Amino acid sequence: MIFDFDTMYVVLLALLLSAAVWTVMTSHLLKSAIGLAVTSVVLTLILFLLKASLAGVFELSVCAGLITVVFISAISLTKPVAEAEAREMKMKRLKRFIFLPILLLIAGWLLRNRMIHLTHPVQAAADAATTVQQALWSGRRFDLVGQILIILAGIFGIIVLFKTKDCVDDKEKKQ
Amino acid sequence: MTCEMATFFSVSVIFAVLLVLTALYCILATRNLIRILIGMELMTKAVTLLLAVGGYVSHQMAVAQTYIITLIVLEVVVIAIAAAIVIGSHKHNNDMDAGRMNNLKG
Amino acid sequence: MPVLLVLVPLAAVLILNLPLHRIMCRFAFWIGVILCLVQALLVIQLPNAVWNGPCQVAIRLLRVTPAVDNLSLVMFLSIAIVTFVTLLVARYTISDCGKLFNFTNLVILAMAGMNGLVMANDLFSLYVFLEVAAVASFILIAFDREKDAFEGTFKYIVMSAVATAMILSAIGLMMTVTGSMSFNVLSSVMKTDGGNPVILLSAALLLGGLFIKSGLIPFHGWLPDAYSAAPSATSVLLAGIVTKTTGVYALIRVVTMMHLHSHTMQTLILVVATLSIVIAAFAALGQSDFKRMLAYSSISQVGYIILGLGVGTPLALAGAAFHLFNHAIFKTLLFVNAATVEKQSGTRNMDTLGGVSDKMPVTGFTSVIAFLSTAGIPPLSGFWSKLIIIVAAWKAGFHWYAFIAILASLLTLAYFLSMQRRVFFGKLASGLEDLKEGNPWVLIPACMLAAITIGLGLCIPWLFGSFLLPIRSIL
Repeated sequence: MIFDFDTMYVVLLALLLSAAVWTVMTSHLLKSAIGLAVTSVVLTLILFLLKASLAGVFELSVCAGLITVVFISAISLTKPVAEAEAREMKMKRLKRFIFLPILLLIAGWLLRNRMIHLTHPVQAAADAATTVQQALWSGRRFDLVGQILIILAGIFGIIVLFKTKDCVDDKEKKQ
Repeated sequence: MTCEMATFFSVSVIFAVLLVLTALYCILATRNLIRILIGMELMTKAVTLLLAVGGYVSHQMAVAQTYIITLIVLEVVVIAIAAAIVIGSHKHNNDMDAGRMNNLKG
Repeated sequence: MPVLLVLVPLAAVLILNLPLHRIMCRFAFWIGVILCLVQALLVIQLPNAVWNGPCQVAIRLLRVTPAVDNLSLVMFLSIAIVTFVTLLVARYTISDCGKLFNFTNLVILAMAGMNGLVMANDLFSLYVFLEVAAVASFILIAFDREKDAFEGTFKYIVMSAVATAMILSAIGLMMTVTGSMSFNVLSSVMKTDGGNPVILLSAALLLGGLFIKSGLIPFHGWLPDAYSAAPSATSVLLAGIVTKTTGVYALIRVVTMMHLHSHTMQTLILVVATLSIVIAAFAALGQSDFKRMLAYSSISQVGYIILGLGVGTPLALAGAAFHLFNHAIFKTLLFVNAATVEKQSGTRNMDTLGGVSDKMPVTGFTSVIAFLSTAGIPPLSGFWSKLIIIVAAWKAGFHWYAFIAILASLLTLAYFLSMQRRVFFGKLASGLEDLKEGNPWVLIPACMLAAITIGLGLCIPWLFGSFLLPIRSIL
């Protein structure tokens, strides 16, 4: 087996797509969340292959880690359905989702011959030797302000949506 | 722009399109709110792949990585807020059914 | 200089959240109001040279040189006015001090996000600040944690995520052809290489994503639910400025900066605009919920703005920008009145309301002014902006589109007359005997907005040269 770039790349892409299809088609919600984490891991491998190591590390730690934790806590905070209902929903799901692989195969075959022709890329003034750190801290500092703003908005969102005074109100009602 | 690069790009775009189709199918064909969130997350993965490929093809990997890192930060906040909405909605309805969410009509 | 409009609100939010909670709780509202008033004053008073002069803070600290032209100044003014009105309406509807504190912080963050979007000169920065404004508005819609609000927010989140994915895929595809995302580079690439299939595909994706964010038909699924289920103050902010900044302004920026004037693109934009104008007007006719009708009316008016954009001549763009400002003013006024009616009478159902104008004369009068302006009745400001768009469309040869736009104006008049008759005029409905006028917190912004509408309409012959024609500089 030749471990050159192209083979590895196509294998990883196929693995990514199959992990995504498994995530969508599996019936149990927790397995779906785990499937999402597996998809993130495969994407990280692709990013490392494309020499985007810093982005790969971010993707692994945040998407495969933090977001999976968010999903699992959301799943556990919401009540799971009863057993008989779950079996019935599972059968209905399989009937609905069986179309997905067929759809993907047809779409893949149709797109097979669409070679998008690229002309020479316009080399902008930026040289290729800048590292990610330089690009992030000096090239795109304005976006960092945007990131700070959105993190603040997220904090306020969690406070607004979760902080309840219900316990205080309940105690007052009991008295 | 070599022929290999064009092939590489086309293959990547095809797989990214298939991934987006999977994610869209997930969002449209499910009645569970959390699965809709998983579909949104899969779309983000497809877009990350496209950004990485774009950076690789145009030899601007550093800039593409900053885009990916910024995108990941933004998406975490969006998913966290969306999960909070789902949990809040569950407290009202006691139900994860997206089909019940058709109160507002017209 | 414009960068301060993003940094100062950020600093304000950080300062407001220092651990001096008891003192800060009362100051938060006033700091928000002062920020909006300062921004409005800066736009009106400062000459252009100061706006565009090199700012040491921006260059050394942030390495960014935003270019501010007249369209950006119009947007800054609209953002300032609408945010100011939102804060006053929030003071009127939210009585709890802690909740008002959270609301003010989120509104200031949304304002900072929108300011950043207006001054972005790079496609990716535009996306980042678009996401900031969107997240702030998600939280604001779900602020009261009502059941309907969660449904509206969730639909908005999902459709916004699809729009985001489309915009980002466009950025990813464009990166293969051009190295950088700044508008100048993209503009020159479009001029030399516009027929490249990758560029066309990414332009189509970008337009699709921005159409979803603007709420045009057929991508409007989230808009009526989000506007009607949100708390009153949030509806004012959303309808008044958020949808316009994140959707319509971004569209105008992208289309003019990237010279997307090929025949297919132009036809696409014109068709979507005309569909929005007509279908939304018909949908508004059949509504019984006050705010839902106003939401469909918003879609229809945004269709006019996009019609001006699609025509593409300098006069049409000037008309579109003017209509954008006018729509910010009169739509905000309509939602302020809806907030007053909802708070005082407790319902939004137009079938159970009636004769409100007897008990709430100021609200009734300002509502008449707002809807006459929306329908395009002279001499109010809405008439002038619609006239400019229709004349520009006629002169550019799009006779059918101009004709449909004129007919839709009559539809607008029809549904607004129906609303006014059902809610404000007529006999006083049962159960509304002890209805009182709203308190000054909400009457002052209503009168101010009505005065701007009337004043701008009367003074437009003087303002035409100084306000409108310079907008052609964006082309």
